[in-house]
Amino acid sequence: MSAVPTTSPLQARRRLRGRLGDLSLHGLTLAAALACLVLVGAIAWKIVALAGPSFDRFGLGFVTARAWDPVKHVFGALPFIYGTAVSSLVALVIATPLAIAIGLYLSELAPRGVRGIVGSLVELLAAIPSVVLGLWGILVLGPFLAHHVEPWLHSTLGFIPLFGDPQQTGQGLFTAAVILTIMIVPIVASISRELFLGVPSDLEEGALALGATRWEMVRGVILPATRSGIAAAVILGLGRAVGEAIAVTQVIGGGTRIGWSLFPPADTLASKIASSYQGAGSGIETSSLLYLAAILLVLGLIANLIAQVIVRRFDPLRGTRE
Amino acid sequence: MTESFTIAPVIDVAQVTQDSRPSEREVVFDIHDLTVSYGRVTAISGVDLQIHRNVITAIIGPSGCGKSTFIRCLNRMNDLVPGARIEGQILYQGSDLYASGVDPVEIRRRIGMVFQKANPFPKSIYDNVAWGPRVLGMRKELDERVEKALRSAALWDEVKDRLKKNALSLSGGQQQRLCIARAIAVEPEVLLLDEPASALDPIATSAIEDLMHQLKREYTLVIVTHNMQQAARVADLTAFFSLEVDETRRSGVLVEYDATSKIFTNPSDKRTEDYVTGRFG
Amino acid sequence: MSRYRRRRVMNRAMEVLATVAALVAVAALAVVVISVARRGAGAVSWDFFTKPQALFGQPGGGIANALVGTALLVLLATAMALPVGVLTAIYLTEFAPRRLAVPIQVVIDVLAGLPTIVIGIFVYALLVIGHTQSGYAGAFALAVIMLPLIARATQEVLLLVPGTLREASLALGVRRWRTVVGVILPSSVGGILTGTVLAVARAAGETAPLLFTSSIFANTVQTDVTKALPNIPVLIFTYSEQPDPALHQQAWAAALVLMAFVLVASLAAKALLARSRRKLAR
Repeated sequence: MSAVPTTSPLQARRRLRGRLGDLSLHGLTLAAALACLVLVGAIAWKIVALAGPSFDRFGLGFVTARAWDPVKHVFGALPFIYGTAVSSLVALVIATPLAIAIGLYLSELAPRGVRGIVGSLVELLAAIPSVVLGLWGILVLGPFLAHHVEPWLHSTLGFIPLFGDPQQTGQGLFTAAVILTIMIVPIVASISRELFLGVPSDLEEGALALGATRWEMVRGVILPATRSGIAAAVILGLGRAVGEAIAVTQVIGGGTRIGWSLFPPADTLASKIASSYQGAGSGIETSSLLYLAAILLVLGLIANLIAQVIVRRFDPLRGTRE
Repeated sequence: MTESFTIAPVIDVAQVTQDSRPSEREVVFDIHDLTVSYGRVTAISGVDLQIHRNVITAIIGPSGCGKSTFIRCLNRMNDLVPGARIEGQILYQGSDLYASGVDPVEIRRRIGMVFQKANPFPKSIYDNVAWGPRVLGMRKELDERVEKALRSAALWDEVKDRLKKNALSLSGGQQQRLCIARAIAVEPEVLLLDEPASALDPIATSAIEDLMHQLKREYTLVIVTHNMQQAARVADLTAFFSLEVDETRRSGVLVEYDATSKIFTNPSDKRTEDYVTGRFG
Repeated sequence: MSRYRRRRVMNRAMEVLATVAALVAVAALAVVVISVARRGAGAVSWDFFTKPQALFGQPGGGIANALVGTALLVLLATAMALPVGVLTAIYLTEFAPRRLAVPIQVVIDVLAGLPTIVIGIFVYALLVIGHTQSGYAGAFALAVIMLPLIARATQEVLLLVPGTLREASLALGVRRWRTVVGVILPSSVGGILTGTVLAVARAAGETAPLLFTSSIFANTVQTDVTKALPNIPVLIFTYSEQPDPALHQQAWAAALVLMAFVLVASLAAKALLARSRRKLAR
């Protein structure tokens, strides 16, 4: 075998071409990665820039102003912040225990054969396009809630101001919250399941060997061990609820009312933007819509970053090679 | 840097006997004061060693003594480990492996490596062997080259009828021999073997050991093994590494390097003797 | 013994609650799917797929124009997002030093979490203001949504490629780019594909990014991407807001088509993903 070309130096002939290949792949991939950075920067910059005129006119007072009057050119975000907060929080209050329970069922209780199937079905729920969910919400769920659930809540729990007079159409905050619940339950449930499955089984066995029941083991070992992960999942769900535009627009009815009852129509930041898609009347109205988008962007960023910080505290190298 | 090499005289295999002394052979690797650290952890320190042509050199020692680290320096595979720092000097046929301007990729082409766990590509048997030559521009007579490499790896007869089958369908021992064939298909000058038989059964192990004796005629072989019997069976020269622990740090050092028979029968260092007689670890 | 009893009852109650919760989620899926199927199936016919939307206020018509438009939009968006997403993932797993990998990873996760309406209005600000709505603006908005999904899926599968394969190739003296192109990508092509299918399924159903970029469109089949392209999600959205029951019927049928596509694509992709994972994990 001619295996001894000792005369060729280690800096061999093929070097230049090969190195060019390495450099171009490195450069190309780096360019793509930088494009992602630039994209996020551009999104923030563009939205803030277009919100500028409205910010100049109304300042930070925009956030607490209640009027949205295109005729008088007076705009404020408070009704939409209220709508966003109420619909998301109600959704979160319903979804969190439900999702954790589903996560527990899928990780601890479900028989082997059922586990995969139910898990996939829960994930499929997340795959339903929001516009389809919204269509169902406006034509099926809304009327059902208006004719059955809302009157019942009002008559039994009416002493709590949250449950005011029922609506006729079923379009309102409450319907939006139920739709949002359906959207975020699968997200939080899937993450919870992964978290619960990640708890080392010797910890679980340790608790069971002490004579703890399964529930005591869950409460004493699994939930404490995954607390921050669940918090991150819930915050991700919150981010999703806050940002959801389409399904909410379809079912929330629209309006600028602020009040105790959950049933009347309202708007969220996202739904206000979405429902204005056929054009705003004036430059300042468009700019004010962008101002709403900027608020939404900031809220989304905060939720996202908090969740990421929580997740990365456990696994700072997630997604990179050691 | 400039080099002027003399082509080594072909050494008759019969000359390489169990008692050949390090100084009598042409030196392929000349290693001076080699220290390797990963971040703040020192893996090996102060290693001086010469590796000779057409000889099988075994690296033995307890786990954690830096055997793999050492062998991975010889073809600059440690460059791929973030935070790895290499100090000292490794001369390969007289030129500094770590000199600036030296291309690690070219080094790896000339100094092949076989890993602990067989790692065939998820391609056909043929493509596993042919891929390297193809990529490196050795396209002429590719079929012959593949056959020759598989024959050299003593695998040809077992696979010649199913070259298009996926390599993952082979047994563990066959996969490892395929990896050897893959390595020699690009005509390296040296073959580094990092515990090549540690995951194999005794029969497959003995096939690999026989193969190493065959390969010695054409290649310089360096094998890391934790199996002393294996070193005794295959190697002409054996280097014993040990883990030195003092108050400030722990790192692998070269304790003794000599003819294999001497290392196993009459070592000059107490630590070597303790290790080969199984007195610790 | 009463304490023991209480603990057992508590345990049992919690088990029942968790099971009920899972049933509720499955029931929600079933109710939505069945509602859509029952109300939509009646209007699904050959004409529905082959005829464009009827003029406003006229009976009949189908979704042919929206089907073609959605296909075009998603195709274009994939063409934009796939290369950038895959290359970004390759950068992160193969090249990036720590101090660059972390911020890029954060940015990709941020991108994945941005409200889609914000992305829509960004593209509106970037490409529509001063021009008109267009197919490429809509596709770009969808691409922004697909990009982090594809990047993450690719990254995941690249990380599954055993490091030993990478080493084996590099130890042959093969260049890194050749290693990536010849060994790593072929091993992960299945995972990248399924990730892309999932992203396509997601993009096909997205409405918010299109509202501001490709929502005011003709009711004829349209393939000119410099004009707004008709599409299924916006069609469902606008029909659902109309009081006309005939339009509702069409919306249900379109929703059935969209949902069937999305669910089948998701299921298929997940099955494929499981298979390619098993292959890599061997």
